[in-house]
Amino acid sequence: MPQVQRSPQVHDVVVIGSGAGGGTAVKVLTDQGINVTLLEAGPMLNPQKDFKEHVWPYEVDNRGAGAAAELYFGRQQWNYFAAPNGYWQVPGEPYTVAKDSQWQWFRSRILGGRTNHYGRISLRFSDYDFKAYSFDGLGRDWPVTYEEMSPWYDKAEEFIGVTGTREGLRTAPDGKFLPPIPPRVHETLVQKSCAKLGIPCIPSRMAMLTKSVHGRAACHYCGQCGRGCWTASAFTSSQAMIFPAMKTGKLNIITGAMARELITDSSGKVTAVSYVDKATRTEKQIRCRAVVVAASACESARILLNSKSSLFPNGLANGSGQVGRNLTDTVGFSLSGHIPALEGMPRHNCDGIGGMHVYVPWWELDKKNKEFPRGYHIEISGGFNMPELGNYHGIAQTREGYGTPLKDEVRRQYGAHVGLSGRGDMIPNEHTYCDIDPNQVDQFGIPVLRFHFKWSEHEIKQAEHMRQTFASIIETMGGNVLGVGNPRRDGTGISIGGSIIHEGGAVVMGDDPKTSVLNRYCQAHEVKNLFVADAAPFCGNPDKNVTLTIVAMAWRTSEYLAEEMRKGNV
Amino acid sequence: MSDSNVSRRELLKTLGSSMILTTAGVGVLPPVLAQHVHSAVMDVKSLDGGANYQPKYLNKHEFATMRRLSDIIIPADQHSKGAIDAGAAEYIDFLCSRSQEFADIFTGGMGWLDEAMRMRYGSTFLDAKPEQQTAMLDLIAYRKNESAELGPGILFFRWARNVVVDAYYTSPVGIADLGYMGNTAVSQFSVPQSALEYALRRSPFANG
Repeated sequence: MPQVQRSPQVHDVVVIGSGAGGGTAVKVLTDQGINVTLLEAGPMLNPQKDFKEHVWPYEVDNRGAGAAAELYFGRQQWNYFAAPNGYWQVPGEPYTVAKDSQWQWFRSRILGGRTNHYGRISLRFSDYDFKAYSFDGLGRDWPVTYEEMSPWYDKAEEFIGVTGTREGLRTAPDGKFLPPIPPRVHETLVQKSCAKLGIPCIPSRMAMLTKSVHGRAACHYCGQCGRGCWTASAFTSSQAMIFPAMKTGKLNIITGAMARELITDSSGKVTAVSYVDKATRTEKQIRCRAVVVAASACESARILLNSKSSLFPNGLANGSGQVGRNLTDTVGFSLSGHIPALEGMPRHNCDGIGGMHVYVPWWELDKKNKEFPRGYHIEISGGFNMPELGNYHGIAQTREGYGTPLKDEVRRQYGAHVGLSGRGDMIPNEHTYCDIDPNQVDQFGIPVLRFHFKWSEHEIKQAEHMRQTFASIIETMGGNVLGVGNPRRDGTGISIGGSIIHEGGAVVMGDDPKTSVLNRYCQAHEVKNLFVADAAPFCGNPDKNVTLTIVAMAWRTSEYLAEEMRKGNV
Repeated sequence: MSDSNVSRRELLKTLGSSMILTTAGVGVLPPVLAQHVHSAVMDVKSLDGGANYQPKYLNKHEFATMRRLSDIIIPADQHSKGAIDAGAAEYIDFLCSRSQEFADIFTGGMGWLDEAMRMRYGSTFLDAKPEQQTAMLDLIAYRKNESAELGPGILFFRWARNVVVDAYYTSPVGIADLGYMGNTAVSQFSVPQSALEYALRRSPFANG
């Protein structure tokens, strides 16, 4: 075993992870003049080389099936044309799932993390989301209120750029919005259908630039945000936060660095981060004054659980035993419909921004005698999309046959489908958590996570409500329900835990050190120079995608850390 | 295909060297340059490998059989070109060369098809008369004909149809057939009024 290489230099702050949380920490801390060293487990991002923006399927020799036709055998990691490097299974870095549980864990290994891959839906949590337990007696209250978070949402939105309109809805708090984008034809039909049903359907709130912001060009409306954007008009932490920070002279980036554990001294403070240099598989230690863990909710919990010492026998900052607990994902359910009104519509370019131009915020907050306690929002898909492999298998299977009738059918149905996806609140439960699998390590010898997951009746009933609502919306616009959209489903049609890629909790914040790991500034109760800045601190998982709140919370945490460093408290 | 890839690479290289350092950082392409990329990638040749195409995995008989099959599944017709012009057989041959599992499905399926044709008509699929070819496909192109005898053929045809459909609609001629008009850079997003009116008129919301 070669010796561990220790750096003599003490770095100001080491940030672990470069996604929404880590990128925000890098931006805010370097803006404050603090020297930051960023550890990223994947490689550097090179947009010109890595992004397949504007490439046609026929311009790649496998048209997107993968080098070994993986698409045809359900083994493709992620869309071939998508930005790199997202995985359902990271080579050499397994995880395990407890018996009787189902869980899927999407991870990115690239500068910018999952901000390279996310849908960029940017929704503020509501006042009642932060006070969930007080509101309905379920879940936990956060140690912060909406009023406290609102200015940080302002900062986040103004910086990353979010489209939207002011609607005055309690379930969808207004923010600092860029101009909205007009609805596509199928989206107008959905809006009219919703209006008949008494359901709101409003302009979407997306992190794409309908106006130039902070030197990033306005969107050119090719709809390919998921492939990565050369003009950085779709938000990624890599392009919008980390690349500019590189020019400050305050940022040192170490790529290919897999964090193993945090090293503490006898006083219980973190003194160094131990990581594996993947290229050489050598162990290195980097000394620091403070550490911001932002490796993604579960990976951050894993680092703490693997940081055991005589002072912290259950893992670092885990006196409460809460590390790994309160794990949540979003409730997912999808239904698609065929809409005859759209058949044969005059062709036009409806790429727009990548994703929906309108969405449905939750509308039954004040309903009495509800069958389930929490809500969901609805995401809408459809339009004349760029043809990709697999898009017309469904039609081929239903129509059968061959020849001109098959061609005519595909053409008739092209652009005449609408997809509705529900994204709902999950309440933390005692059966859902991650811990360290005692029997397995990854290729670096780091013990891996084991997942335990269970939906409660609250979520299952919510998915059933989605099924009924989506069918009504489709039928009210004269459409026919085709079926549950995503193959990754169990019998109820509800998504498999983790598959919506909204993991939260696992290193939860709170005012009471006996029941939480972090304080109201995402600083560990037990370790004053340890901060967490991803979705791990989240006390619940509302029906609003997590990324905007990750950015807002990380911004707040980073400014607090900077202030504490100035005061000499950290 | 290779020519256009080369020219695209050249273009990106040129763009790379003139990449402007904006405040947003390195690697950010201004929209005006993005537009040049779009025009360059539009200039793409037919994918049909032509008479001189050398199959990478399939033997000559299998490749010719696949071409014929693809031509029947997605023929050229009065509306548009077909799977031959989309290079469907070339696409399948390429994937066979990359995946043994994929190759086995196609060589196995064509082997079954030839044997079934010999039993019925005394010749391979390729050598049979067009009406004999379609008579066989009329059996294996439908789930309702599922039987112990036809099972492997029905399964194979499902694969063949899916992959030919994929090859066709991801090719320039297939994209033209559907009429997809995007993958371009525009300064503003708007919806043509004619399209909106068309859909509304046909919808339950025709009267508001």
